[in-house]
Amino acid sequence: MARAELMDFDKALELFEPVIGLEVHVELNTATKMFSSAPNPANSQFHDAAPNTLTTPVCLGLPGSLPVVNGEAVKYSISLGLALGCSIAPSSRFARKNYFYPDLAKNYQISQYDEPIAFDGEVEVELENGRTFTVPIERAHMEEDAGKLTHVGGSTGRIQGAEYSLVDYNRAGVPLVEIVTRPIFGGEADTPALARAYVSTIRDIVLSLGISEARMERGNLRCDANVSLRPRGQEKLGTRTETKNVNSMRSVERAVRYEIQRQAAILAGGGTITQETRHWHEDTGATSAGRPKSDADDYRYFPEPDLLPVVPSNELIDTLRAALPEPPAVRRRRLKGDWGFTDLEFQDVANSGLLIELEATVKAGATPAAARKWWTGEIARLANAADRDASGLVSPEHVAELSKLVDAGTLTDRLARQVLEGVIAGEGSPQQVIDARGLAVVSDDGALIAAIDEALASQPDVLAKIRDGKVQAAGAVIGAVMKAMQGKADAARVRELVLERAGQGA
Amino acid sequence: MSDELIRLSAAALGAKIAAGEVSSVEATRAHLDRIAAVDGAVHAFLHVEGERAIETAAEIDRQRAAGAALGPLAGVPIAIKDVLVTKGMPSTSGSRILEGWIPPYDATPVTKVREAGMIPLGKTNMDEFAMGSSTEHSAYGPTHNPWDLDRIPGGSGGGSAASVAAFEAPLALGSDTGGSIRQPAHVTGTVGVKPTYGAVSRYGSIALASSLDQIGPVTRNVLDAALLHDVIAGHDPLDSTSIPETWPSMAEAVRRADVSGLRIGVIKELDGEGFQAGVRQRFHEALELLEQQGAEIVEVSAPHFEYAIAAYYLILPAEASSNLAKFDSVRFGLRASLDGGGTVEQVMSATREAGFGPEVKRRIILGTYALSAGYYDAYYGSAQKVRTLVQRDFDAAFAGVDVLASPTAPTTAFKFGEKLADPVSMYLNDIATIPANLAGVPGISVPAGLAPEDGLPVGIQFLAPAREDARLYNVGGALEQLLEARWGGPLLAQAPDLSVHELTATEEGAL
Repeated sequence: MARAELMDFDKALELFEPVIGLEVHVELNTATKMFSSAPNPANSQFHDAAPNTLTTPVCLGLPGSLPVVNGEAVKYSISLGLALGCSIAPSSRFARKNYFYPDLAKNYQISQYDEPIAFDGEVEVELENGRTFTVPIERAHMEEDAGKLTHVGGSTGRIQGAEYSLVDYNRAGVPLVEIVTRPIFGGEADTPALARAYVSTIRDIVLSLGISEARMERGNLRCDANVSLRPRGQEKLGTRTETKNVNSMRSVERAVRYEIQRQAAILAGGGTITQETRHWHEDTGATSAGRPKSDADDYRYFPEPDLLPVVPSNELIDTLRAALPEPPAVRRRRLKGDWGFTDLEFQDVANSGLLIELEATVKAGATPAAARKWWTGEIARLANAADRDASGLVSPEHVAELSKLVDAGTLTDRLARQVLEGVIAGEGSPQQVIDARGLAVVSDDGALIAAIDEALASQPDVLAKIRDGKVQAAGAVIGAVMKAMQGKADAARVRELVLERAGQGA
Repeated sequence: MSDELIRLSAAALGAKIAAGEVSSVEATRAHLDRIAAVDGAVHAFLHVEGERAIETAAEIDRQRAAGAALGPLAGVPIAIKDVLVTKGMPSTSGSRILEGWIPPYDATPVTKVREAGMIPLGKTNMDEFAMGSSTEHSAYGPTHNPWDLDRIPGGSGGGSAASVAAFEAPLALGSDTGGSIRQPAHVTGTVGVKPTYGAVSRYGSIALASSLDQIGPVTRNVLDAALLHDVIAGHDPLDSTSIPETWPSMAEAVRRADVSGLRIGVIKELDGEGFQAGVRQRFHEALELLEQQGAEIVEVSAPHFEYAIAAYYLILPAEASSNLAKFDSVRFGLRASLDGGGTVEQVMSATREAGFGPEVKRRIILGTYALSAGYYDAYYGSAQKVRTLVQRDFDAAFAGVDVLASPTAPTTAFKFGEKLADPVSMYLNDIATIPANLAGVPGISVPAGLAPEDGLPVGIQFLAPAREDARLYNVGGALEQLLEARWGGPLLAQAPDLSVHELTATEEGAL
């Protein structure tokens, strides 16, 4: 695959105005699937199921099987629609989207077409640089996911050139909500960052609603990014490309940036953009051409005759509205105030995607400063080293417990880090790790004094220096004592005692 | 003994089994023997259960001996149209594309007949995917009309109707999308009921047109139909279009059988041109009988019925084109093998080319076209508007009458091949039955006699408002009593003796 020519990003922005539209698919974490009683692999209980074990005749499209709408998924979808500021349709309908593909058991997808459950909303998005943006939402509609194909043989891992393909229908019928924005104008040089911040905001919303695991690497949250450029001063929108299934926040930003640069180079060279889907390649940081796509793609939509319209009562909508968590932007403002963080400190936490963890840690009794220090410091470091999400590494309750143990003097920072490793290794709660490993600070002054006296006796020159008023010389003794105590002593207390024993204390 | 058992009604057979006069095993064996004797000539069955049916019957006999409380049809054998999936039994829907497929689950109506203690005898022949009015479109060869083996038994459910008319089964399950229960009843001298849309679960019925399909009883008399209706009707959480409310007993409605003061509307548009003289004659005689019993006969008009067939042949293919997309070789059924393996698209395409018959392909193409961008409004959209108009015709008519009546179909059974080359003349067979499917209202076909000109059976159709299925059983039961009194017994007693053909078949086989 020849690498496309790219234009310098700033130059591209000078010549063209980027316009994007984002489609985010959210897998709901209901216990069962959208149209059947099969367990839902997007629910954490069923993550690790073997292929084709989470299926019913409905998921497999067996002759005679019929779909039944999952009422819980409808409630989740309404909540999401409300959180996106959308109107909820008094009556919405499912349709069949007809096309043949082996991961689609019925060879049609049940999706909402002309009557989505939620429409006309907007979402406030805050960029990493602090700029805020209002993204207009066109609609959010319910549909079912397709199965998963694994192409075996061939070099690309794609269907072309594969020797054979395996199909796993576990994912077939997983409830999805597709959130579609209107064209987003005015992002300018922030457009790639805006795309990322939007997806991040959607993630925050679905997590705060508790309706999805929202793990992009698992495909719980998937983004298709439509990008087009128009020459400065031109009214008419340019031809767009749709980059599919970009599966990390970082990739969303990179893919949009890449497409802006690629399209700019083509347009500036007098070429035209082909309307097509494109694939994002994480390794090369580039997109490649997929299937040509035109507005005339004929899916032969028609109302799904096996299902009745979805008609939620006003009472249900009101109940779900009343139960909504506060919007992410409002929540950020509140938390920043409550915690007394500087802009920089808060951005650090928000950009790490750890607001939920931090809030829970503070709620469990840690000070905001301590919670921030743990999550963005040691925990982030360990997560990075293990190539895992910090959020999944340790529970906020355990972090709070650890922090309280440090405050109480039971643990030093160094001991606390050892305890944290034990907790992450699955050895239990911090207290259990302390008990099992014998890691608590020695708070018995008698034992400390014995160790100090021994150290002073073996270093008479140091004792003399302290007595001469060279207090900093105490460091050598403190180090020896800490070593003798295997680190399980509070260094400040040791210092006090050293000075006292040397006759310089209070 | 065996011959007596197969000629009993399901109700009578059930009563004998309940009274301990005969066992379910004996009843089941009698029907299996009959199938063995005559089905070579009739070809009503695509699959016969054989010893497994005997085992099921033995289990019911054991339950009864142990004092279990069983329903009125417990121990009675039943034939099942191949459109319904049956766990452990082949289910082809009359198509080559499903040959050899054994479903892992039972359709809800099948579960219900099993729970009622009935004994599945096997699966009955049908036009492929229920597309047809003659069973000539079955991939496995046609079923023959027991009244004249050179003639069609109706369709698509010709197998179920013929199995009942030939005394191979006391009753059967059918499916009716545009008349596939009622029209075969009409041409075989049997009773067929299409319940209100949503009365019987469609779960496990291999879909032809989801908004039109309905499962219903195929029997030799009205009471048997009602007893079976009571077994299979009721809400099913697995079918979203299933009606949640409970139903009154249809069997009670038959036993009531009182038509005094009943207002019967004769649909003007379905009583004239295109209808065979003998069909019309028997229809009007039946109405006179009912009138003599105090029913009031009035003429009503349903001006949009003339567009019903055109609308039906857009809606049905549109839904069918989508419903039949799942037959792609990937998960079940036929898979064409290609030299060099082929791509998945090539295998899908070759499988569908080889596995579907010409009528199925015709309708898939029609439906795909009708749903295509740019044509949707003109075809599918317009058809849905006509559907609404037909529903309004029914609403207007039922404002003045309790039930509507018409001949069930325009002619008596035609000969094989007569309409095969002309799809439209085949489609016109369903002119009187299709409106009920478009509107979701229930309909029944009851034998009205033999047409004088050809001596073949003729049916009369009654239609009722949605959820008023009981009215059909009331009027059907009353008419049946009156006619049988006139005939001196059931119409089927006049059917030719199939043992003659059995002999012929054996002789032919010996040559």
